[in-house]
This record gives sequence, structure tokens and C-alpha cells, in this order.
Amino acid sequence: MINFLHLLLLIPLAGYLISLLFSSKNETALAWTAFVTVGLQFFLTILLLLWWRLAGLPTFNVKDWVLFQTVDYNFFLDFYFDKITAVYLLVGAVLSFLVTVYSRHYLHRENGYKRFFNTILFFFLGYNIVVTSGNMETLFIGWEILGISSFLLISFYRDRYLPVKNAVKVFSIYRIADVGLILAMWMSHHLWHENITFSQLNNHEIVSEHLQQHSMIGFCIAILILISAAAKSAQLPFSSWLPRAMEGPTPSSAIFYGSMSVHIGIFILLRTFPFWENQISVRWIIAILGFTTSIIATGIARVQSSVKSQIAYASIAQIGLIFIEVALGLDNLALFHFAGNAFLRTYQLLISPSVVSYLIKEQFYNYVPKAPSIEEILPKKWQYTFYMLCLKEWNLDTTMHNWLWMPLKRMGQYLNFLTVQKTIAFFSVLMGAGIAAIVFGSYLPNWLHHSLPTAYSIIGLVLVLKSFTERKSVKLSWLLVMVNHCFIALAVSFNDAFSSTFILMYLSGVFAAALLGYMCIARLKKLEKEVDLSRFHGHSYEHPKITFVFLLACLGLTGFPITPTFIGEDLVYTHIHEHQMVLAIAVSLSLIVDGLAVMRIYARVFLGPHTKSYHDIAYRSS
Amino acid sequence: MQHPSSNISNIEQILHHLKHYLPAQAPLKDFVHHNTLHAFQQESFHEALNNASSIFGYKTYLSLDEFRGYYTAKRIHQKALIQAIERTKSTIPTQEWLHRLLEKKYPSKPKERIGRLRSLWKDVYSIDLDALVHPILFRLICSYLDQGIAIWTFPVKQKGLLASVQEMERNSFSSFFKTKQVKQLLLNNQCAIADLLKKIVGTNEALYEQYLFDQHFAHQGWSGMVSAIEENPSTLLDSKAITFHDLVTIELLLELDALYYKLQDKWQPLDQSITNTQIPEPLFAPVPTTEFHEVMRIWQEAFEWTYYDQVLAGIQQETFSAKPVTTKSFQALFCIDDRECSLRRYLEQTDSLCETFATPGFFGVEFYFKPDEGHFYTKLCPAPVTPKYLVKEENTHKKREIDVHFSKHSHSFYSGWIISQTLGFWSAFRLLINLFKPSFTPATASSLKHMEKASTLTIHNSGETEKGLQIGYTIAEMAQRVEALLKSIGLVSNFAPIVYLVGHGASSVNNPHYAAYDCGACSGRAGSVNARIMSNMANHTEVRKLLAEKGIHIPDSTQFIGALHDTTRDEAVFYDEETLLPNNLSLHKKNEAIFQEALALNARERSRRFESINTQLTPQKIHEKIKIRSVSLFEPRPELNHATNALCIVGNRNISRGLFLDRRSFLNSYDYKIDPDGRYLLNILKAVAPVCGGINLEYYFSRVDNQKLGAGSKLPHNVMGLFGVANGIDGDLRCGLPSQMVEVHDPVRLMVIVEHFPEVVLATIKENAATYEWFKNAWVNLAVVTPVSKQVYVFSNEELKPYTPLTQQVPIINSIEPLLASNQENFPVYILNNETA
Repeated sequence: MINFLHLLLLIPLAGYLISLLFSSKNETALAWTAFVTVGLQFFLTILLLLWWRLAGLPTFNVKDWVLFQTVDYNFFLDFYFDKITAVYLLVGAVLSFLVTVYSRHYLHRENGYKRFFNTILFFFLGYNIVVTSGNMETLFIGWEILGISSFLLISFYRDRYLPVKNAVKVFSIYRIADVGLILAMWMSHHLWHENITFSQLNNHEIVSEHLQQHSMIGFCIAILILISAAAKSAQLPFSSWLPRAMEGPTPSSAIFYGSMSVHIGIFILLRTFPFWENQISVRWIIAILGFTTSIIATGIARVQSSVKSQIAYASIAQIGLIFIEVALGLDNLALFHFAGNAFLRTYQLLISPSVVSYLIKEQFYNYVPKAPSIEEILPKKWQYTFYMLCLKEWNLDTTMHNWLWMPLKRMGQYLNFLTVQKTIAFFSVLMGAGIAAIVFGSYLPNWLHHSLPTAYSIIGLVLVLKSFTERKSVKLSWLLVMVNHCFIALAVSFNDAFSSTFILMYLSGVFAAALLGYMCIARLKKLEKEVDLSRFHGHSYEHPKITFVFLLACLGLTGFPITPTFIGEDLVYTHIHEHQMVLAIAVSLSLIVDGLAVMRIYARVFLGPHTKSYHDIAYRSS
Repeated sequence: MQHPSSNISNIEQILHHLKHYLPAQAPLKDFVHHNTLHAFQQESFHEALNNASSIFGYKTYLSLDEFRGYYTAKRIHQKALIQAIERTKSTIPTQEWLHRLLEKKYPSKPKERIGRLRSLWKDVYSIDLDALVHPILFRLICSYLDQGIAIWTFPVKQKGLLASVQEMERNSFSSFFKTKQVKQLLLNNQCAIADLLKKIVGTNEALYEQYLFDQHFAHQGWSGMVSAIEENPSTLLDSKAITFHDLVTIELLLELDALYYKLQDKWQPLDQSITNTQIPEPLFAPVPTTEFHEVMRIWQEAFEWTYYDQVLAGIQQETFSAKPVTTKSFQALFCIDDRECSLRRYLEQTDSLCETFATPGFFGVEFYFKPDEGHFYTKLCPAPVTPKYLVKEENTHKKREIDVHFSKHSHSFYSGWIISQTLGFWSAFRLLINLFKPSFTPATASSLKHMEKASTLTIHNSGETEKGLQIGYTIAEMAQRVEALLKSIGLVSNFAPIVYLVGHGASSVNNPHYAAYDCGACSGRAGSVNARIMSNMANHTEVRKLLAEKGIHIPDSTQFIGALHDTTRDEAVFYDEETLLPNNLSLHKKNEAIFQEALALNARERSRRFESINTQLTPQKIHEKIKIRSVSLFEPRPELNHATNALCIVGNRNISRGLFLDRRSFLNSYDYKIDPDGRYLLNILKAVAPVCGGINLEYYFSRVDNQKLGAGSKLPHNVMGLFGVANGIDGDLRCGLPSQMVEVHDPVRLMVIVEHFPEVVLATIKENAATYEWFKNAWVNLAVVTPVSKQVYVFSNEELKPYTPLTQQVPIINSIEPLLASNQENFPVYILNNETA
């Protein structure tokens, strides 16, 4: 059993790594790697399920590698297997298998054939980690992989404007989901005083005992999880990202946004169900959210005149219903519904180009001049109002933009006075003062000592906002993200017991990634005249290798689980005290904006329409 | 360009001018190829390309690196390059030109003129109007025009776009606009274009035209679609009243709305916000010729003549002469289409007694077709023709199949709840089947479904009319059409027992561009109905009597049979076989076997371009794979359509029968002997120039700038309203051809080669101004091969001048079989050895 679960992660990992080795010209090898990887996984999943059925449908928990351990802190990987895992594993394997086979011919001769299969396998790895994870930390690793592979697949056509813009947009929503999860993890550390596993959640006595004492914290955790789930599953108010994610080749849209990725929100709700099972208010909120989403999304789907956005909104509406089923505790129905919806939407997306010939023919033979619609029972004024609202997607997209991006942008604009020199001066003075404050901490008045963590985290946040809105210097923007991490480390260091080992663990990855990224930028600046952040430059066209290395640096700098920083981030949260809400929020916001700033740099410098015009360049609007 | 004053007629003039430059592509179901740069056609080819490139930023040639790479790979010959340099008659020495062509580095071309004026908004106010206006504008137009995707359709209909929006704004709690003042402008009818421009651009009317060009070339796909529908409203089955004028008004209102919303009162009209030095150069100011453009021009000519020269040499050198055959096994008349070129070769190879011809695939009968139970008429003739006839399909038996996956019920949450949990699991199974054992489904677009084989057609007129159209043809009308057809292809005697008229169509699935795969001469439909009708006419005894009076004696034993060649699947269907005389029926059985064999060989030849099929397999095995390919969901290249087309040979089959042209030539049968004064030739060229020229140029431009003039990769395409495709959900409509259709295409202009005497040809092309423009401005090239003596003349500067090919000896091969498996690239011209050919 244990070996089986490990294999289910090792196969995608191995497949992914092997797929990196082949040249982009070698289509057959790339396709076969994906085919064998996913096929083997499919086969093993079936075997596992058979064995599991014969064994009487037991539930397993496998505590695994302890990655980092101190007296009162333990970061370990944990895996879990029950019927939810079983269904998600099977649906994931079936769909990935079918789409891999489909894509093999479909993507023939496409620029980025290799990137496509790399990303699909990477996604597949992330998906399998998520669905087999046994604790939040493990789940979060997979969660991050899903986020980044989504970004890469949406921006698959990286030399066009809209895919890149939409990839950044979707990434920002995912970032909200990430932070919801991080905050939930922070709060649960304080609720349980340990890294709890999902299997422990099944122990009703422990759960209800903890929740009785801290009902508010319990509620907050549940809501944070719900926010993550809603963002990932495109429920209100986040729904508008899903149709906008349909920028990649049709099979990737089908597998990600039709099926696997978009149903992960449901997974996390099912997974944490024992935790909020007895919080009736939470169940109501989930059900109401699901219901509202179904109604609104159905309305929007009904007016869509493009086939992919119609399928996207129809799928969102079904996911809303699944939310209700989950809230009602109908987990078997929810799983069944999930599988059916995933298969249906994948297939509908895959055959969506056929819609022209099919529906035109149908229209040719069955045309009714004015097909009646149910809405006509409404008074004209309401009818028009709803139609317009649905056509405008209830302003969801603009609202997101106005509420998410504009405040950040505006705040950043107040910092326009900060030049490179001023920033360095500012940074050195404050950093020196901060270090001094730690060394001579005992001499400081108590109130000052207590407010320092929050103050420093806010300064860090300010700096990263500057990074996010910087329009010229790439280097400045890049370094500010690193500086932000330093300030977070410093802020938490004011708290007790945050040792230098922790700081080192947190910052080692940051520094390494920052250096690597800095070298990429320096190299690129030597080769190219135009490197700034005022618009997209599309340098990946001529410098794909630098692009790839810089992407790795970006991942490192955002605390992606390839360096120790991601354990450091978890450590940082463990050391934010329960009452330091502002600090927790400032740090979380910093991490959100970090991610956005870094991806913005990556997108502006390397993606988008190329600055040089010797080859064909798409219109901005295409 | 004269400066307009703000009265309405000048705005109309600007809009008219603007519409002329917009893409003229019809909705997908009526996709017909045309010259992408039709607006520049009154200029000569290279001059037009230079202008289009500087003004609109199109890439109009292959890149310099590609040309240099082709030269190194010997795909451009040195001799042709030198010849192209010499033709420029430049005073600069050849050596200097060679340095420029082969080594010199050129900077990136300067930024195009289009968009510069309107982009000043961004420079001055940091406002991104496109990002604010496009999403809602595109949605609005798409929903208004939608042909059947939306379930809840646009609530106000038949009033025109502007009036509909006005009606909705008047009766709604919501609004498409974000500010009250703009909504009021619309409600109070204060939205004349001139007034809106005054508010946005200012009082400097000289800027209006440039501003509107900038505005619409930021989304030329949508603007072009609106303008195309305005010009031809019947192209939408669910008709919509829309004008380009409305679109401009709405976009200006939305722009004004965005300005008020973002900048409140802190802005002034554009001309007040900028200094005079910021005003960009006028869009249509003369474009200077640059050295770089000269270099590109020479490369292009050299690239083209490397190929043309081999062909002309080949025609001179090949020695095929029809063996004097007294009895012919059968005759087959195909479409002019380049895809039929190889099938004809294989028929002739399999049965040396047969004879093949070609003519535009509507076979000279123009009509509207009403399929049984259909609610609409389909035009089956070239797009510019407006027929007066109607032919109805009757007595069909098959039921149309339904695919529930396209059902709209799955999109609402209550029925979707059931469907996703039932049909959902069936979907996974269906997908599995289609991946491993693809087969016909209701989603397949197939030429075979165009008309049912067992149906009957109303070909004979008995005085009835329907909606102003005459049902069927009278005897005289039939005779006239049969005579014109037979004379234009030179088939007036020596009839074989069976004459096949073979129309063509295609089959594909998951392919929004399916109409582009069918017969262009039938307005993007299959040619089966036309073939059947023409055969029926030619078989009619009364018609034959009239023909005899005109000197065409068709023996009673000769019968015409309509057929359809599916170019994707390489299948043939024959119609009305039951009318064959017993003797002919047994001959037909033999011929059918010959067709089968030729089709399999044809499939093998096509397979060499397909990565997934091994060309070394037996033709029958390959044929099976080709058929599977046509119904595979995951196959973006069911066939390669017109890719690689480069020639159009108008003449007797004998001048090209001995050549291997690698499916690159349109062929039109023509006999100069029965048309000494070029009367039929004029009709042929009148069709060849726009039809074949249009196909050729659409491929050319989609290949050289696949992003701006083509549709980009088809893999991310999203179907909009059933009439167009876009990337993602918020994108502009993508016109032109997707990269999968053009990637193997060599962008060379069409070379029309006519077999006749130069003075006749010259006089003929000058007779029709529109046709002459194509040749005069070199959008298609023209060469003349004189009968018998095979002297070659080439048309340039309005003259036909003698030409001696550079190619000394075109290689001779015995068989093309070993060649086919050798590589996937275009082959040079070969002479087929007489003994085996």
C-alpha cells in the first residue's frame, strides 16, 4: 500500500524529469514519455483500486519523510488514501491518459510541443500530490505546482498579448487561494499546536474538543479554506477567471479548466469536511455560495455566444451544485457528480470546434425564427437588465480588477519617489536598525519591542508594492522582492525563538534564487537594448534558455517548493503569534504581492509580443 | 486623400474607404478564398506589398533569413537570383546586389503607421482604451450576431445594432456604459459620428480618418465581419440587421465612456492634448521604396522563377503525345482544383485508354439548392454569381443523426445536473473510442452528407417558380450550358461510352474551416449536385438534339454520370448508376475498380506529407489510414487542401500529362483549335484569375504573416457565434488561414500558363478590365506556350515577351514511387518517362 502510493507520485515525477531531457524536435519521444507515464499511472491506479476493493475499502495514512524537525516543530510529508483519493486518482488518470493520447497528434509541429508535454506532466505530478496528500503542508506543495503549471499553460502562446495578460490575471486569483490556504495553515498551527494530518481530522472527539474552545478560530479556518476552494473552483466572486483561462491549445483547456484543476476546490472541501462538519453556519455559507454561483453562472452561460466560455460557465454552475452536495454531506453524490461533470466538460471542450458544422446544419433543417426563452416571462425591463448583467458577467471581471489590482497599483504609485539609490539607502538604514534592535532587544521599551514585528512587516509590504508597480528598472523590482523577504525574516525574528537556523533556512533559497535571477537579467541586458517593465517585451522568442533559467529563479524567489524557503515560510507562520493578526495579514499580503511582482517581471520581460519585428507578430487584440 | 469637412457625406466617405481595407472574409460556413490584400489590388504587386507593410505593419514576404536559408539549401537557384537582379535594370553592379542579398544586415523595419495616432491617448493620459472598450464591444457584437450558440439570445432583434442597444438602455436598470452622460447621449440620439469624433478627437477634422482607421485596425476581424455581413446579409441563416456605421457609433460611445470613467473631466479632445509635432504622418502618405524592400523583391522573384523556370522548361521538353486511340475506355471531367491533379495522373496511369479533363467544379450550372427538409437555399456556383434557378432535393430517406453533447440542456444547472451524471460517463467512453477507433459521428462535416445518393432532383423546369427563382431549367437553357461546358474544355467529339463528371468535397471533424476544404467554385460546398445536374442535362435526348444542331454529336451509347470525389478520404461516389444501359453498366463496374485503384495510389502520394502515416505501406493500407485520419477528432490536418499551389495550366492535357507537378497545379482543359479567337479562353481566365489567384494569394499572405494576415495556430481557437473563430474568449476574430493549413506552402504567386498564340492571349486578357488588372499588376503571373512549336512567352509590362528557360534539362524519372518516400518537401519538376507514364 505504502509503496503503491509512493509509486503514484514517483511515476509522474520520473516522467516529468525524463520529458525535460528530450530535444524539442523529438516529438515521438516526448509524446511517448507522457503516454507511458500516464498510462502506467492509469494501470497502477486500476490495480490499486482493485486491491483496495478486495481489502474492503480501508482508509490509509502514511506518515513520510520528515523534512525538518525541531523540538516543537515538525515538517513532514504525509499521504492519505480513502474513497475521495480513489475517485480523484481514477478520474485524473483517465482524463490525463485520454488527453495525452489526443495531444500527441493534435500538437504536431506546434512551437512548444515540448513545453506542452513538460507542463502537462508537471501538472499531473501536482494533481497527484494534492489528491494523495495527508496533511496541509503536503497538499500545499501540489497546490503550488498546479498554480504554476496553470500559469504556464494559459500563457502557452507566450508571444501573444492576451494569453499572457490572462495568465497573470488567473495567477493572481490563484495567489488568493494560496494565501487563504497559508493563513488557514497558520491558524491551524495555533489551534492544534502541531501540523495536523487529515486522518486526525476524522477523530471527531479531538476536533470537537478543539473547536469548542476556539470556535472563532475554527470558523475562520473553515472560511479561509472555503475562500481557497472558491477561488480554485471559480465560484463567486472569482468565477470570471475560468473562461479567461481558455487561452491554451484546446486539450489543455479541456483537461485543466474543464475538469481536473477546476474541481480541486471541491476536493479540498471534501478533504476538510470532518473539520467543519459540525459548524452549521459554515455549511450554510458553502451551500448558499454554491447555490448563488449556480444561478448566476447558469445565467451567464445562457447568454454566452462563444462555445468555450459557455462550457466554462456551465461547468461553474455544476460545481456550484457540487458545493451544495458537499455542504449537505452527500459526499458520494458529490464525487459521482464531479466525475461526470469532469468527463462531460472535457469531451465538450475537445469537440467544441465541431460545433460550427453541427449547429449550422441543425439550424439549416430545424430553424425557428425566434426561439422562445424562459426569460421572456419577465417584464421587459427586468429581462433586459438581467441580459445585460449576464452579458457583462455581472461585472465580476472588472470588480476583481478594481478591487484587487487597482488598490495595489495606487498604493504603489505613492512610492514613485523611491529611486534605486533611495531604496538602497532606505533599506540599509532600516535593516541596520532592525538588526540592532534584535541584538539590543532587551534595552527597548516593551511597547516598541512588541510593535516592531508588525512595523517591519509593513515596511516589507510597502517595498514589495513598489516592486509590483515599478515601471522601469527590472533589477530594482527584482531586488525589492528579495528585500521584502529579508524584512519578513527580520519581523518574525523579533518574536522569540525564531533562531538563526530558521532565518538561514528561509533566506538561503531566497538569496540563491535572487542571485540567479539577477544574473539572468544582467545577461539579458547585455544582449538586448530594451529591457524594462513598461510593457511586454517577449524576449523568450530569442532567448528561450535564459527564460527557462529565470523562471526557475522566479519559482525560488516566490518560495516554490524547490528550495528550503518553502519550509521557511511555514516556519515563519508558525512563529507568528495568535494575536499578531496584523503581522499575519501583512506577511500574507507580502507573499501575495511577491508572487504577483515576480510573475509580472517574468511576463513583462520574457513574454508577450516580441519587440523586434522581423517575424510575424500578432495583433494585441488577437 | 482630400480632407473631409464634418458633414455627413464625408464621414460616409471615410467609412467607405475604411471598409475597403477591412478583411472581406465571410462567415465560416461560406468561407471562400480571396486575395487578402484586395484593397491594394489596383497597385502593382511589389509596390502594394511595400505599402501594405509600411502602413499596416504586415509582413509581406518570407523573412530574409528564410530566403537566405533556401538559397543555401538550393531551393532558390543561383541562376534565377542573377536573372532576378538583372531584371531590376538597376545601375548597381550585380556583385553589390549579391552582397546585399546574401550578407548585409538590415535593421528591423520601422514601426507601422497604423495605430500611431490613437496610441497617443496612452502616451498622454496613460489610458488603455483598447483594454476598456474591446471586451464589452466584442461581446456585444458577437451576441448580437450569434447564429445559435447562446441559449438566451439577444433580446432585441431586427432593429439594427445601435437601435437595439438604445432600446435596451432605455428599458434597463443596468447599462453597457459606466457613465451617465454617455448613456444620455445615446438615449437622446446625440450620437452622430461626426459629433462624437468632435468630442473625442477634437475639431481637427483632418485627423478623423486616421483615427477611425486606428480604431478599427485594432480589431480588424470584428470590423471586417460586420462590414462583410452588411454587404451580404443573406450569408447569415439567422439574419441580422447590422451596419458598419452602427459599429463605429457604438465604439465611439464606449470610448467616450471609458474616457469619462477613467479621467472624469481631466482630459481634453486628442488634438488639444498633443502638440503639432506629435501628430503622426498621414496613413496614406507616399511610402518610399527602401533598399531592403528591393532586396526582398529580388528574393521573391528569384524564389518564384526557380520554380516557374523548371515548369516552363518541362513543358517544352516533355514529349508526351497522345497515342492515337480510336476507342476510349472512359472520359472523366474533374474540377480545376489542384488536388485533382494527381488523381487524374493515376487514372491515366492505371488505364491508359482513359481521358481526363478539368473545368471549374460547378460544371457551368449555377443555381440555389434546397436540400430535402432544409429551411434555406444554398448557392452552388462561384460566389460572385447570383443564380436565377432553384433545384430541390426530394425523396430522401436517411434521418439526420443527433449528438447530445451539443445539446444546450447540458448548460443549465438543473438539466445539467442530470446530464453531467449520466451522459458525462458516456463522454469518457466516446472519447476513448474516438481516440483508438475513430469513425463517422454526427459531428463530422462530410461532403457525402451534402446530398443523399438515393434522392431525386428537380432539374427539369415545368413552369414553376419559388420565391422568384425558376425551379429547374428549360431544354434550351440546358443545351446552352452543356454546349458551353463541352466547348470550353474541347470535348466535342470522340466521346467515350461513359463520361464521368466528378465534383469534389471534403470530410473533416473538429474543423471550423471545413468550408474552405470544399469546392471554391461551388461557394465552399461539395460539387456533387452540380455534377449530377450537368450529367442529367447532357443525357437528355431533347438537349442532345439541340446540341447536334450546334455540331456536337453525342452518340446514343454515350452516357454522362455524376460523381463526387472526397479529397480528404479519397473516396468516390457515383450517382444515378441505375440509369446506365446494360452494356455501360458492366463497363462502369470495370471503371469503378480503376477509380478505386487510382484513389488508393492518390492516397499514398498524399500520405508522404503526413508524419503519422508510413508511405512505404501498401496503397490500400495507407488508404485506410487516410480515411481514419479524416474522422479523427485530434487531427488538425485531415488534408492539406490547396497548400503548395503555384500553377494554373490552361490547355490540352497533353502539354502537362508527361510532367510530375507534385499536386501543385490547377488544371483547366482548353482546346485552342476550337477557340481561335479566344472567346472561351476569356471566360476561363475571367474565372481563373480571381478564383485560383484568390486561393493562391490567400495562401501566400497567410503563410508570410500567419499572425496578422492568417489565423495563427488553430489549436487554441474558440468558435464565436458560429461565424468566426478567436483565440480565447475576449479576442479579435481571426481571419485568413490557420498555420496548420499553410505551413508547408511555398509562398509563390500563381503562374498561369496558357496554350495558345501570344497575340490571341494578349488581346483576350485586355478585353476585361477586372481580369486584366490581375495580370497587369502582377498579382498573378502569365506565360503563354504556343501550340505545337512550344515557344514560351512571358507577360510583363503589358507585353508578352519570348523567354528561354534557364533549366537545360529537366530530370527524367521512370517512376515516382521511390521518390514519394524520400522526403516531405516540395519536389522539383520531373519529366515522366513515356514508357511508364
